[in-house]
Amino acid sequence: MTKLRASAIASYLMLVILALIYIYPFLLSLAGSFKTDADATNNPLSLLPQTWSFAAYERLFTQVPLPLWAMNSMIVAVIVTLGRVFLDSLAGYALSRLQFRGRNVVFAGLIAVMAVPNVVLLIPRFLMIKELGIYNTYAGMIIPLLVDAAGIFIMKQFFESIPVSIEEAARIDGAGIFRTFWKIVLPMARPALVTLFILSFQGSWNEFAHFIISRQSTDLNTLTTGVASLFSGQLGSGNQFPLKLAAAVLMTVPVAVLFFIFQRKIMSTTEGAEKG
Amino acid sequence: MAKGIRGGEASRGWLFISPALIIIGLFLVLPILLALWVSFSDWNGLGSPLSGNTSFVGTKNYEKLLVDPGLAQRDFGTSIRNNFYYVILVVPLQTALALFLAVQVNRRILKARGFFRTAFYFPSVTSSIAITGIFIFLFSASGAINALLGWLGINGPNWLADPSGVIHNFLKLFGVNAAPAALAVSGPLGISWWEWLAGPSVAMCMLIALAVFTTSGTFMLIFLAGLQSIGAEIDEAALMDGTGPFRKFFSITLPMLKPTLFTVITLGLIGTWQLFDQIYLTGGGAPGKTLLTPAYLSYQTSFKGLNWGEGAAMAFLLFLLIVALTLLQRYVLRDRRKGDRLDKTMRREIATQAAIAKGKSI
Repeated sequence: MTKLRASAIASYLMLVILALIYIYPFLLSLAGSFKTDADATNNPLSLLPQTWSFAAYERLFTQVPLPLWAMNSMIVAVIVTLGRVFLDSLAGYALSRLQFRGRNVVFAGLIAVMAVPNVVLLIPRFLMIKELGIYNTYAGMIIPLLVDAAGIFIMKQFFESIPVSIEEAARIDGAGIFRTFWKIVLPMARPALVTLFILSFQGSWNEFAHFIISRQSTDLNTLTTGVASLFSGQLGSGNQFPLKLAAAVLMTVPVAVLFFIFQRKIMSTTEGAEKG
Repeated sequence: MAKGIRGGEASRGWLFISPALIIIGLFLVLPILLALWVSFSDWNGLGSPLSGNTSFVGTKNYEKLLVDPGLAQRDFGTSIRNNFYYVILVVPLQTALALFLAVQVNRRILKARGFFRTAFYFPSVTSSIAITGIFIFLFSASGAINALLGWLGINGPNWLADPSGVIHNFLKLFGVNAAPAALAVSGPLGISWWEWLAGPSVAMCMLIALAVFTTSGTFMLIFLAGLQSIGAEIDEAALMDGTGPFRKFFSITLPMLKPTLFTVITLGLIGTWQLFDQIYLTGGGAPGKTLLTPAYLSYQTSFKGLNWGEGAAMAFLLFLLIVALTLLQRYVLRDRRKGDRLDKTMRREIATQAAIAKGKSI
C-alpha cells in the first residue's frame, strides 16, 4: 500500500513539474513585461519584478502603433471568421444534401486541395493578388482566407450526421432550400459551427505568412506582422525585452479568452469519445 | 423522397457551392498554375509574369537548385540539411512526449485532469509569433534557460548566435576539429559530407525545443481521443492477464494505438517541413545560414533576391515532398476509413491538419 502511495505521489510530482515547464514561460513573459529592461536581463527567472514598471505598455500605446495593429487584426479575423462559418456551411450543405451533377468531382477536388500546404502558396498567392490589383489592401489580406477546404469538410460531415427527415418535413411544408438551410439546418449544426468559429478565429488571428506577402504598407500591419517587426529590431538600441513581451502578452489575450470560454468544447473531443 | 421537393436542387447546389469554388479557384488553383509558369520562366518581378517580357526558360530554375554547382544550389542544400535535422529530431520527440502526456492525463484516478490537459494544450493556441518571441527571450544569452543551466554549473551558449553543429561540437570533444579527408569531398547538392553531418546548429536546437513545446499539446489531444476509443478494451484485457503498467503499455496500448500513432507521425512530418514564421522572426536563417529552411529560402529568393523563377521552383519541390508525405498518410490509413463515418478523432485530425496547413505553431 505504501509502495502504491509513493508511486502515486511520484507521478503527481512529475506531472506538476511538467505542467510548470509548460506554464512557466507564459508567467515569465507576463512578469517580464512589467520589468525594466535591466531587471528583465538580470533576473530572467524571477516572477516578481523588482520594481513594477508599466513603461512597456505605455510605449506600446504611445510610441508603437499597437492599437492600429490590433484593429487590423480584429477586422481581418472577424470578417474571415464570419465568411468561413457562412460560406463553409453553405458549401458543406450543398455537398452533403443537395443533388447536383458534378458534386462528387467537386468533393474530390476539395480533398485534393486540402493537401496543399500554405507555406507553398506564398509565392502563388502573391502573384495572383498582384494580378488582381488588390496588393496592399484589406481585400487582398481577407478574401484569400475566406474559405477553407477543411472547414467545408467538417461541415459536410456534420450535416450528414443530422437525420434528413426534419428537412424533408420543412420542404414538404413548402419552405425553399435556402430557408430550410438557414432556419432549420443551421440551428441544428451549432456544435460544428462553434468548432469552425474557434478554428477560424484562432487561425486568422494567428495568421502571419499570408500578411507578409499580401501587403507592404505599415498601415496594414496586423498584430502578428507588427510584433514581428518589433522583434526584427526596428526599435533602436538594446534588447527591449519588456516591450516585446508586453506585445506578445497582449496579442495572446483574445485567443486565450476564446480558449478559456470554449475550453470544455475544445477538450470535449476526448470527453465525448470517452462516453462512446 | 418525392420528386417534387427535389426541384431546383441542382441550381441551388451550384449556387451554394459557388462562393467557395470561386475563392478556392482564384486564390489556390489559378495561383498554383501561375507560379508553375513562373518556375519555368525568367520573370524578374517587374510587371505581370504573363506579359510579353517574360520568357520560357525550360527547367533552368530547377537545374540551378538541383544540378548546377553554385550558391543557389548550396543554399538549397543547406536549407534541406537544416530542415532535415529539425524533422528527424522534432517528430520523434513531439510524438513521444505527446503520447506520454496523453497516457498520463488519461488515467481515471488522476485528480485535476482538466488542469493538466489545459496546461499542456495552452501553448498550442498561442500565435507562432508570440511564442517564438517568448522563446527568443528565454534563450537569450542571459536568459532563463542559461540561468537554469548556470545552477547546474553549465555555461550556456549564446543560443541564437551559435551556428556550430551539435555533432561537430560533440566530435570536438574527441579532438576532431576539421573534416577527415574522406568527408571533405563534396556530397549531394554542393555541400560537403562533413557539412551534411554537422547536425542541427545550437540555434536550431532552440527551434526544436520550441516545436516540441508548442505541438505536443495538439498531438496529446489526438492521442487522448485514440486512447479513449480503445480504453475499455485495454483495461479488460489487462485485468485478465494481470499485467503491469509497462507491459500493458507496450504490448496492448501501443499496438492498438497504431493508426493514431501513424497519423501523428505523418502530420508531424508534413508540418515540420513547413518551418517559416519562426525563421522569419529569428533573423531569416541566421546564424551562418543554419536556420535557413526551404520554405523560408523560397520566400527570400523571390521577395528579397527577386529570383522569382528559382523561388517558385523551390516552392514546387517542397510541395512535391509534402504531397508525397500526405499521399503516404492517406494510403496507409485508407482501409480504416473506408465507409466509416467521420468520428471525432478524425475530425480532430482534419482540424489539426488544417491548423498545420495554415503554418500554425509548428
